[in-house]
Amino acid sequence: MDFFLQQLINAITLGGFYALIALGYTMVYGIIQLINFAHGEFFAAGGYMGVILLAWMDSQGYMQTHPWLCLTLAFLLAMAYCAVLAMGVEKVAYRPLRKASKLSVLLSALGMSIFLQNGLMLTQGVYDKTYPGVFAKGAVGVGEFNFTYLQLIALSITALLMVGLNRLVFKTRLGKAMRATAQDRVMATLVGISSDRIISVTFAIGAALAAASGILVGLYYGSVRYDMGFVPGIKAFAAAVLGGVGSITGAMLGGLIIGITEIFTAAYISGEYKDVFAFIILIAVLYFRPTGLLGENINDTRV
Amino acid sequence: MTPASKALLGKLLLGAVWLFLLVWPMTGITPAGLEFGKAARIVGAVMLAVVVWLGLKRLNESVDVGFGRSVGRAASSLSRTPGWLWKSAGLLALLAFPILSSRYGQDVAINVLVYVTLGLGLNVVVGLAGLLDLGYIAFYGVGAYTYALLSVHYQLSFWLALPLCVALAALAGCMIGYPTLRMRGDYLAIVTLGFGEILRLVLNNWMKLTGGPNGILGVKPAAIYYPDPEQGWEMTRFLIRSPQSQYYLILAIALFTVVAVRRLADSRIGRAWEAIREDETAAGIMGVNTFTLKLLAYAMGAVFAGLAGAFFSAKMRFVSPGSFTFIESAMVLAMVVLGGMGSIPGIVLGALALIVLPEVFRDFENYRMLVFGAAMAIMMLVRPAGLIPAKRVGRRSEEDHA
Repeated sequence: MDFFLQQLINAITLGGFYALIALGYTMVYGIIQLINFAHGEFFAAGGYMGVILLAWMDSQGYMQTHPWLCLTLAFLLAMAYCAVLAMGVEKVAYRPLRKASKLSVLLSALGMSIFLQNGLMLTQGVYDKTYPGVFAKGAVGVGEFNFTYLQLIALSITALLMVGLNRLVFKTRLGKAMRATAQDRVMATLVGISSDRIISVTFAIGAALAAASGILVGLYYGSVRYDMGFVPGIKAFAAAVLGGVGSITGAMLGGLIIGITEIFTAAYISGEYKDVFAFIILIAVLYFRPTGLLGENINDTRV
Repeated sequence: MTPASKALLGKLLLGAVWLFLLVWPMTGITPAGLEFGKAARIVGAVMLAVVVWLGLKRLNESVDVGFGRSVGRAASSLSRTPGWLWKSAGLLALLAFPILSSRYGQDVAINVLVYVTLGLGLNVVVGLAGLLDLGYIAFYGVGAYTYALLSVHYQLSFWLALPLCVALAALAGCMIGYPTLRMRGDYLAIVTLGFGEILRLVLNNWMKLTGGPNGILGVKPAAIYYPDPEQGWEMTRFLIRSPQSQYYLILAIALFTVVAVRRLADSRIGRAWEAIREDETAAGIMGVNTFTLKLLAYAMGAVFAGLAGAFFSAKMRFVSPGSFTFIESAMVLAMVVLGGMGSIPGIVLGALALIVLPEVFRDFENYRMLVFGAAMAIMMLVRPAGLIPAKRVGRRSEEDHA
């Protein structure tokens, strides 16, 4: 039982990381029906930005004096960085293709993904970069099992961001505009919403969430790699699809399911095949429920 | 200064500032201190490239002979001269190529031909049937591993193994195709991607069968038997090992693929695939059996990948999961889309461009993939229909609503 609960905590932590990336996929897909393949790269870029900032702060000695301030700053700066990056990518590679065929946009996205990944490799090198381990130590015991500090930080930041996003989407004017654009872009434009701006903002928010996830993963596992965006990116997309693309709650749920599957497969079945099970679940869900768990039927409404 | 050029200057400045904001944190913040020179150099280089490109574009517009137009013109002039003349001249040039070129040139040519075969196979799935497949390289892997295993464990010769490779690849195509038949567009793409990754992970982890990440060593090269006059017309074995003989083997496979895909496209089946691509619902109503035909498209696409895969493992004499990653699928897809979906000469050109151009820039080894990614995105902006667009292409009905 202990082992099970411990694994459950690990699974929820990991699921939270996936959910944060999945939110970006799902929001972008909800508005322009594009699988943004470069999204995984925003996650990697966020992780790198985090390590660059924290390592610099560490070398300047700020980490010893104000660790929490440094962490907050690193998060905010990395998220802002990825937001700006995503807006640029959208403007350069996607906006000119608004009217082109889906395949062109998909390929452009693939191209951007390869470009960004190699850009990271060229500027940061091919080897792992290690996070300064200030928060790594210590754990809180609750009952018979333990939360490490890092897990607590990760879980609370994930929860904070998700609540924040929910409020943004469902309680603000901007969120209303986003939902309107997702529902019907032409109508939204007619009532005076600038759809280009909304799409840009959606990319920015999604990338910022992915960046936060990147730093959390970096802190949690201790290091980042230039090609770390691909596999989590795909799994997060699987999570988005699982939950039903376009649905924010669905993305969170899907992320948790993928995380739980992965951890429990690794713990009870086989560590080597954990990714295989994530994909099998994805395929099975799409086979039996093509619109995902919480999704509406896109095929019917769009055609 | 005209207002237009002023606006352009403003845009360029804004772009430069934006780029600097993105590049500087990645290159300039180090524990050793802050550095601005490197980022400034990168931004400067990019800005120079953009200015040169804009200049070329303007020049192009004023002379009014676009790149696309010249390609189109070349294609139309090609179609005016008698076909057999071009074909025999082309064949002769292809046959003479290894005699005239260096070993390095032959290696590159072999690579191009492998990708031509792959691209044409994917063209059946994506270009003709309109099913977006991001895990295509899995079938290539199935072909390669089938031959490697048969050769290492059962000493089966290349020619006996080839039909088996093809059959297994086709079976894999059906297995992947079957559950995805109800899906369209992006969902299909992501599921095929998932299947591709599953296969790679299995290859990587099934130590007993595939040797895991170490792969399988000691695959035998293909061999042909011929009566040798010097040995008194006795049957002699000739191993296809030199790049030159490998070139002829893959040339034969690629030519077979070209002919086969062409015949397929012009057949009733090909027409039915195109009907499915243009509008699946309408095709179904008009009596096209969409279920069987979509499955057949997957199987046929996989057949050519299986051929290419068997050749690949006979050529390398070694297979490992590293050769069947997602990036390979993306490369093949890029060839198909860059060349022009559904168009055979387009795909040949696409393969040529994507394999030869990086070779030309070999001195900038590190920047190859960077340029590749950028080129993919830029090509889509400049020529979304591909270099040589296919003649019979419409627009998928569901895209009008997007």
